[in-house]
Amino acid sequence: MLKFTDEHEWLKIEDGVATVGITSHAAEQLGDLVFVELPEAGATFAKGDSSATVESVKAASDVYCPLDGEIVEVNPAIVDDPSLVNSDPQGAGWFFKLKLSDPSAANALLDESAYKELIA
Amino acid sequence: MDDHTSLKQTPLHDLHLSLGARMVPFAGYDMPVQYPAGVMKEHLFTRTSAGLFDVSHMGQVTIRPKSGRLEDAALALERLVPVDVLGLAEGRQRYGLFTNENGGILDDLMIANRGDHLFLVVNASCKEADFTHLKTHLSDSCDIEMLEDRALIALQGPHAECVLAELWADVATMRFMDVAEAALHDVPCIISRSGYTGEDGFEISIPAADAADVTRRILEHPDVMPIGLGARDSLRLEAGLCLYGNDIDTGTTPVEAALEWALQKVRRSGGARAGGFPGADRILADFADGATRRRVGLKPEGRAPVRGGVALFADADGKTSVGTVTSGGFGPSVDGPVAIGYVDQAHTADGTKLYAEVRGKYLTVAVTALPFITTTYKR
Repeated sequence: MLKFTDEHEWLKIEDGVATVGITSHAAEQLGDLVFVELPEAGATFAKGDSSATVESVKAASDVYCPLDGEIVEVNPAIVDDPSLVNSDPQGAGWFFKLKLSDPSAANALLDESAYKELIA
Repeated sequence: MDDHTSLKQTPLHDLHLSLGARMVPFAGYDMPVQYPAGVMKEHLFTRTSAGLFDVSHMGQVTIRPKSGRLEDAALALERLVPVDVLGLAEGRQRYGLFTNENGGILDDLMIANRGDHLFLVVNASCKEADFTHLKTHLSDSCDIEMLEDRALIALQGPHAECVLAELWADVATMRFMDVAEAALHDVPCIISRSGYTGEDGFEISIPAADAADVTRRILEHPDVMPIGLGARDSLRLEAGLCLYGNDIDTGTTPVEAALEWALQKVRRSGGARAGGFPGADRILADFADGATRRRVGLKPEGRAPVRGGVALFADADGKTSVGTVTSGGFGPSVDGPVAIGYVDQAHTADGTKLYAEVRGKYLTVAVTALPFITTTYKR
């Protein structure tokens, strides 16, 4: 199941675990990323908490946790090479995997067509 | 501020849109922050080839002496800037500062001797106030005019000279801070060998009606690429150059800002025309006694940018505050974060380790001599 937030994150949800990243639209708007700070595995976040930080040449931006849950894995490749988020935001540029506290809460997020409408 | 309709446009606005620029509000103008290449490529291209910037939002001001004698205009302007204007030769330009009664900085600017008049370039955000300031204090002896009918572009980088030489061969004879008049594509332009990137380069004042045409033709050169405000900021930051409103303002004095070099000896204590500018008591006292804090370069040890507004501490626990970052970001040529800030005098030695509070962590930064890159001015 692929879902989106109005904060420009995507979630690919399988068996109650969401792989989370930022959308192509967000990556394009941010411009060339030069630094990514990820949470620690094991950290828990509520929906809307700042869970990661991305920095472009010009500015820092928060990446908000899209749902309540626990971080079970992070992607160290984007810390080593932040440009991966620009080149493949919805693939190799994923941020973290979040074990959802309540998987049914994902139903309230945007589906792909609703997200496309949002950024149109 | 998403309302672009109330923003002013430069004569190159349509050109920016046709080049696919992302436009943002800046100092009341709708300006290109980046083009499709992006900030990183634009920055690196400027340092290896030549970048073209629209800086038409800046103020271009002429000061003409009513007496017809330029020295009268020079001495009049010296009442507002702690700079040797009288000693500025024809065809030469120098950096200057408008100071206030407390020794703070109202704006920084370029002052050129154009023979029968002085030509000033001032910051966009200050230009109305600067113009009023000049009118108030100089109108008795000078005619002050803001040139609203001229664009200003900058061509910066190691290939800038050869690109311009194809239009005007004599450009090669210009030295850093020379100012000359020349026709580019039959359009009379005022060219100075200066800029805001740390690179060799030129700033070119062009009549507004011809500006888009001249600029488009320069951009046709394969060595030239348009550069937005994003890369302009990262380039000047690496070059250690102050951004007015961030690194200098009415709360900083020239000595605190490490701009002593901008005050020639003739305006300092013991000089033939010492003082006589706003805030002279404070500024000359700073020269004699040293300032209690100073602008320095700051090199973060890690990869995380340390940005303007971040607090600096002497210890890794954030107990002893010693200063503040005023500009900071990522330097594409340095390939790492770079910053400028003010720190208490006791902590200004090169190599001093300080701690910057970023998102609740204390990141190690080292006090570093500016600039972060090797400048290539043609002195």
